[in-house]
Formats: sequence, structure tokens, C-alpha cells
Amino acid sequence: MASDAMAIHGAQIDRPTWGETLHVWVTTVDHKRIGLLYILYALLFLVIAGIEALVMRIQLLSAHNDFVSPQVFNQMFTMHGTTMIFFVAMPILFGFGNYLVPLMIGARDMAFPRLNAFSFWLSAVSGFVLYFSFLGGSGLYGAGSAPDVGWWAYAPLTARAFSPGSSSDYWTIAVLVSGLGSVATAVNLIATILCMRCPGMTLGRMPLLTWLYLTMSLMVLIGLTPLSAAQLMLLADRYLGAHFFDTQAGGSATLWMHFFWIFGHPEVYILIIPCFAFMSEIIPVFSRKPIFGYPVMVGATVCIAFVSMSVWAHHMFTIGMNSYANTFFMITTMAVGVPTGIKIFNWLGTMWGGRIQFKTPMLFAIAFLFQFLIAGLTGIMMAAAPFDWQLSLSYFVVAHFHYVIVGGILFALFAAFYYWYPKVTGRMLSERLGQLHFWLFVLGFHITFDPMHFAGLLGMPRRIYTYEPGRGWDAINLIVSIGALIQAVAILVFVVNLILSYWKGARAGKDPWDAWTLEWSVSSPPPAYNFASIPTVASRRPLWDEKHPDDPDSRYE
Amino acid sequence: MTTPALTSIFAPASTPAKSIVDLSFFVLTITGIIFVVVAALLVYAVVKFRGRAADAGKEPPQVYGSTQIEVAWTVVPILVVVILVAATARVIHAIQDAPQPPSALEVTVIGHQFWWEYRYPQLGIVTANELHIPVSDPTRPRPTFLTLLSADTDHSFWIPQLSGKTDLIPNRINRMWIDPQRTGLFLGQCAQYCGTQHAKMLLRVSVDSAEDFDAWSTSQQQAAADSSTVVDGRRAFETAACINCHTIRGTVANGRFGPDLTHLMSRATIASGAAENTAENLRSWLQDPDAIKPGSLMPAMKLSDAELDALVRYMQSLR
Repeated sequence: MASDAMAIHGAQIDRPTWGETLHVWVTTVDHKRIGLLYILYALLFLVIAGIEALVMRIQLLSAHNDFVSPQVFNQMFTMHGTTMIFFVAMPILFGFGNYLVPLMIGARDMAFPRLNAFSFWLSAVSGFVLYFSFLGGSGLYGAGSAPDVGWWAYAPLTARAFSPGSSSDYWTIAVLVSGLGSVATAVNLIATILCMRCPGMTLGRMPLLTWLYLTMSLMVLIGLTPLSAAQLMLLADRYLGAHFFDTQAGGSATLWMHFFWIFGHPEVYILIIPCFAFMSEIIPVFSRKPIFGYPVMVGATVCIAFVSMSVWAHHMFTIGMNSYANTFFMITTMAVGVPTGIKIFNWLGTMWGGRIQFKTPMLFAIAFLFQFLIAGLTGIMMAAAPFDWQLSLSYFVVAHFHYVIVGGILFALFAAFYYWYPKVTGRMLSERLGQLHFWLFVLGFHITFDPMHFAGLLGMPRRIYTYEPGRGWDAINLIVSIGALIQAVAILVFVVNLILSYWKGARAGKDPWDAWTLEWSVSSPPPAYNFASIPTVASRRPLWDEKHPDDPDSRYE
Repeated sequence: MTTPALTSIFAPASTPAKSIVDLSFFVLTITGIIFVVVAALLVYAVVKFRGRAADAGKEPPQVYGSTQIEVAWTVVPILVVVILVAATARVIHAIQDAPQPPSALEVTVIGHQFWWEYRYPQLGIVTANELHIPVSDPTRPRPTFLTLLSADTDHSFWIPQLSGKTDLIPNRINRMWIDPQRTGLFLGQCAQYCGTQHAKMLLRVSVDSAEDFDAWSTSQQQAAADSSTVVDGRRAFETAACINCHTIRGTVANGRFGPDLTHLMSRATIASGAAENTAENLRSWLQDPDAIKPGSLMPAMKLSDAELDALVRYMQSLR
């Protein structure tokens, strides 16, 4: 009795108060906590931007619907796009990178822990700055209005003549500041990967995930800087009387397009390469085989990074470039399909001859392969510049990039959640809820985004708050809106699973998937210092070597 | 509006749109084959190599890669890309570098927030929102070459059945051409987000027979009808701020910010296709443009009922 009471009393002393917990999380420089902060922050914005998407889909349920005004609809698609790219996709991928990279290379933290915390808080602040525009967008007299210039904010719509008040400044500053945070994180990841690997882990023995994060970080350095420069130029236009993009004073609208898309297209690969990274870890483990063609996978990734720097103007096929420029960007865009195809074939090669286990992460991975294949092929269609003159700016493009971002990136992220959640929390996510989430989301995804292609082929432009009846768009839009609601339900199942499993999930142990990389060699959740003693590795799959001392990888590499 | 015309890109009525459909079928065939092959391999792998209970605990043979296979699936995609590039480059050149024949009609299209201005330099015509062009008989081609300009933000001119889209960008001169081979009404709308009312910046192109087009252009060249029965309305128009933005040729109204109204009644719609051109819609538009097109740049002029009625009568005299 007495000792029980003592134990309870002791537990109460050990448990930190809410204030202490908050203090620990706000002041943390631990890469795992910062990674989780990024992920939780991104999930919050995922829900917000998802609600914005639902508002748009309700408005488009039927022709000439008046659920929201055109002004509100235009704010919704601007905020949805900006939020999903800058405050969901980027932070969530940096979150996974932060959490996983040091663990996978046998390091105790990132190279610059304080810079790491600084980057996160820059991102966090910029997201809230963007959303403060709902309250203060029109300046100090209390009229709120979010930016409504679209997520590309094409000039001269952002000039003061067309965007009075401050709403577009909130967009500019939010994108600028989050860009600084991204560049700092990229520097941190590069330094960590190049300098902090454990003994024995040569570049050629790094897990593919680290290779892909290294490539992605280099792309962030090259891609985000022109975007930040353009934001500064835009601010100079609006407040210092410069005329970079101010067409009414001789500025150039196409200059902004070049600045934006030299960021914007590499950005697509900045987002998808970490997802390739997740696939390259998850598919081998659930196929029970090493990745097929490791050096080719590394080469293809670096090749994608190079080529994707020269494809940006395929977003501008309709701006009236001459036939030589159009041909050049058509060729580079088609060419990027080759290394991308090689990656898909190598994942197939990894599954080939394996013993595939259909756990939830693998289900999402297989759906990723299928959907990313389609996204790539519709990409080839739009690379054919004349075909793009019809498809560009239509719902076909909306369908294509949601196939990449939802069908590709989000599916890969869900796979990653189900795969690494046990490592992070020590608990398994529920397989039953996971399967329900998977099938609902697949259903909702296809009902939403498959018909959108046809709306585009039937001539429906994007970014319209309402449409004319009788053009064959009515039924398609109704179906799309129903699909969006199904996706929302699936996301709800996912969130419930995340929360319930945290307390009720089965204990995971160190290595629930019988995996091969270093993060599975430490306890779940990992201790603050990650590794009690720094490991030494002799191959790409150190835990395989440990589990199969008779037949180690190190013998073949 | 219940116009039964199609806006499908697969129902082309003009050479550029037809070349694009031909190219798109070629690209769709190739990508379709790739899809079937890769998806079949994926399905086969998922079914054939699924983990079976009997194999529990046993690991499959560990295969690390194969140079021959890697080379094969690198070379084949490169060949496919070369074929696609060649086919596409041909069509880019054929459409973009087509020479302009002397018989071509020139039209300057100027995008405004949120309406279209059309100028015919060869014919001295200025009109808005509804483009009239002659049919181009393949035996006696008479294509229309468009010069695309913008007065404010970016817009994009898109009639899916006639051609792909080309943007209208301030400080930039863009060109495109169409040669519709049948008469009729063709629909489209602004494709580049240009501001609040991007959605109701609709396009109507009437492709007329040679005779109809000549008759239309002759009537458009006249100054505005001047009828003594609508003096009140005309006075209202000239004394309110209307003349600052609108032109009615033959009167003091010479503004260029809004559509030219000289032959307003020759158009089937108002507000860039947002409403049919009827007396009630005209009255409602003059009273409160936001009721038809919220965010339109035309201000509500706060006219009395008598002034509104007179103004509508005047508008309806502009044939």
C-alpha cells in the first residue's frame, strides 16, 4: 500500500506541467522534436487548406451557384494553393527529413540545431502572417481580405493599381519569410548529410532517402532564391517606386513569370523527390528485397534535379514564346520523363521476385506507383506544347497537378506516416482504420480528380468561381464535389487513427517491420541522444547484416 | 444562356485546332500504350509476388540490380521521347510559323478587366465581346490573324474549337491565327486569371459566310443611329459619366475604358456574355452592374427610374 502510494506520488512529481511541456517544445533544438513540430504544423494547415478546397467544391456543385461571392472564391483558391505548397507540403517534408536523416545516418542531431529551430519558427510565423490577412488584409481600418491574386501572383495583378490595400503584401511577406526558412533548412540538411555520417557510411552506402534529401536540398538552394528575389522586387515595386513588374510604367509581366517558374517547376521536384525517398525505403522493406539498381536510382535522381532546372517555361507555353523557345522547353520537359521512368521501373524491379506484404504503408506505396504513372503520362501530354495550348490553364492541368500532389505526394506521405509512426510514438497505427482510410481515400481521390481531366478537355478553364450551364461541365463538377467530400471523410479517419493509436495502439518495439536501416536499431521513440554509441556500418543495409551474419550485404557491395 | 454549342477540344473547326487534335491522338496513343504496359507489370507484380503464408519467415532471393535491364529501360524511353519530340516539333512549327496570306483578315484583340475589345484595322471597325469573322473556305482561304494586347492584367484568348489559347499580356504583342471552316457560333472564355470577374469574361465568335460578314462589317462602319425619339436617353447618357468610358460614334461619347456601344443592339449579349441583351437585363445592368456581374468595373450610376427607362430606350436604338 505504502509503496504504491509512493509510486503514484513519485509519478506526479515526474510528470511535467503543461507550462513546462510547452517550454520544452518551444525552446527545443532536438531534430526529432523540430521534425514533429513541422509535421503537426503542416497537418493543421492541411486541414485548413482542405476546408478551403471544400468551400470551392461546394460553390462549383452546380452552374451559377452562389454559395460564395467571386471575391471569396478567388481568395479561397489563392490561399488553398499557397497554403498547400508553402505551409503543408514543404514543412511536412522538411519535418520528415529532420526527423529521419540524422537517425538514418547514425548521427545524434542535425549539423546546426539552433539554425534548425530558427528555420521552423520562420516557417511557423510566415504561415500565421499569411492567415492574419483574413483580419487585416485591407490595412488598419479593420476590413479583412485575404490575397486573391492566385498562388502564382502573376504581374501585374499584384501591382498597386490592381491589388490595393495590403492583402497581397501578406502573401509576399509570408512566401519570402518561409523561403528563408526553407533555404536555412536545406543548408542544414546538406551539412548534416555531408558531414555527420557515422563511420563506414560512405556516400555510396547512404540509405536512398538521404541521397534524395541531399538532392532535394540542393534544389531548394537553387530554386527558392529566385523566388525570394522576386518577392523583394515586388515589394520594391509596391513601396519604393520600382518598375520591375509594373506594366503601367513599362515593367515586364513575363519577367515575373520567369522568376516564378524557375522556382515553381523545380519546386514540383523538390516536393516529389522526398516522396521518391519514402518509396525507396518502404517498397524494399515490404517486398523483402533491397532496392533494385541503387546506383541508377541515385543517378536518375541527380539527373532529374539537373534537367528539371531547365523546364520552367513549359508553364508558359501560352505566353507567346517563339517556336524555337517552345521547342526547347518541349524537349527538356519530355527528357525529364526518362529518369522519372527509370525510377518507376526500378521500384517495379524491387517488387519483382519479392514477397510483398500488404500492410497499410505498402498499400499507399502501390497506389502511389499507379497514380504517379498516370500523372507522369498526362505530364507528357502537356509537354507536347501544341496540346498544352489547349490543356494549359484548364481543369486538365488542375487534374494533372493534383494527381502529382495528392495522388503522388500525399499518398507517399500517408505511406510514410504509417511506416514511421511506430518509430516516433512507440505505437502501431491501427491497421483496420488504416485500410479504411486507404480505400476511402483511393475512392475519393479518383472520384475527384479523374473526371477533372474531362472537364478540361471540354473547355473548362480553371480559377472560375462559376460556370455556364449546358457545356457538359455540370455533371462532372457535381461528381468532383462528391469525391472531395469522400476525401474529407478519409482524412478524418486518418486523424482519428493518429490520435487513437497514440494511446491505444499496439506496442511497436524497436523494429516492427523487420527493416534494415539504422533508425530501426534504436528504441521507439528514440532517446534524445539517438544512439548510445555511434554505430559503424559496412553496407547499405546495416540491420540486414546484423540479422543475417551468414549472408551480409557487405559481401556484395 | 443555353447555347448548345460545344467547347470540346476534340471537335475542331479550324486548322490549328485540327493539327492539335491529330497530335493529341498520337500522344494519347503512345502514352496509352505506356500506361497499359507499366500498369500491367505493376498488377502482375502485385499478384504474382504477394507474400504467402507458406513463405512466412523466409526471405526471397536478394537481387541488387542488373546492368542489362537498366540499359534496356533507359534506352527504350529515350527512343519514345525522340519520336514524341519529332512529332511535336513539327506541329509547333506548322502552327506558329505559318505565313500570313494577303487575303487574311486582321483583328486586334484587347483584353480588359473583364471584357474584350476588337478592332479591325483594315475595315475601321471597333466592337466588343462578340467577334465576327468570315468563314475560311479551304479552296479560297481567308484566315483571321489576331494581334493580342492587354489594357490591364493578363488574359488568355481561348476558343477550344478554333485553336489553343494565347495570352494577352500588357506591354507585349502576341499573335495567333484561326481559319474556321464552317459558319456558326463558337464559344470560349478568358483562360488566364485576370481578377474578380475572370469567370464571366466570356468569348463568343460568330463565323459568318462571306456575304453575311460583308453585310455585318458595312453596318458596323456606320455612325450610331440618331433617332429624335430617344433624345431624353441620349441626354442622360451624355450628362452622366457614361461618356468617360464608352464610345458612341457620332456623339460626344469617346471614352475607351468600357466597350464601344455604337452598335450595341447588334450583339446578343451584354457584360461580356454574362447576360442576354434584353431590355430588362439592360435596365438591371444600368441600375446595378454588380447584380449581374459582381466585381465588374462599371459603377452603379444612381439614376432615377425615369432616367433609367430613357437610357434603356436610347441603348435599344443603337442598332
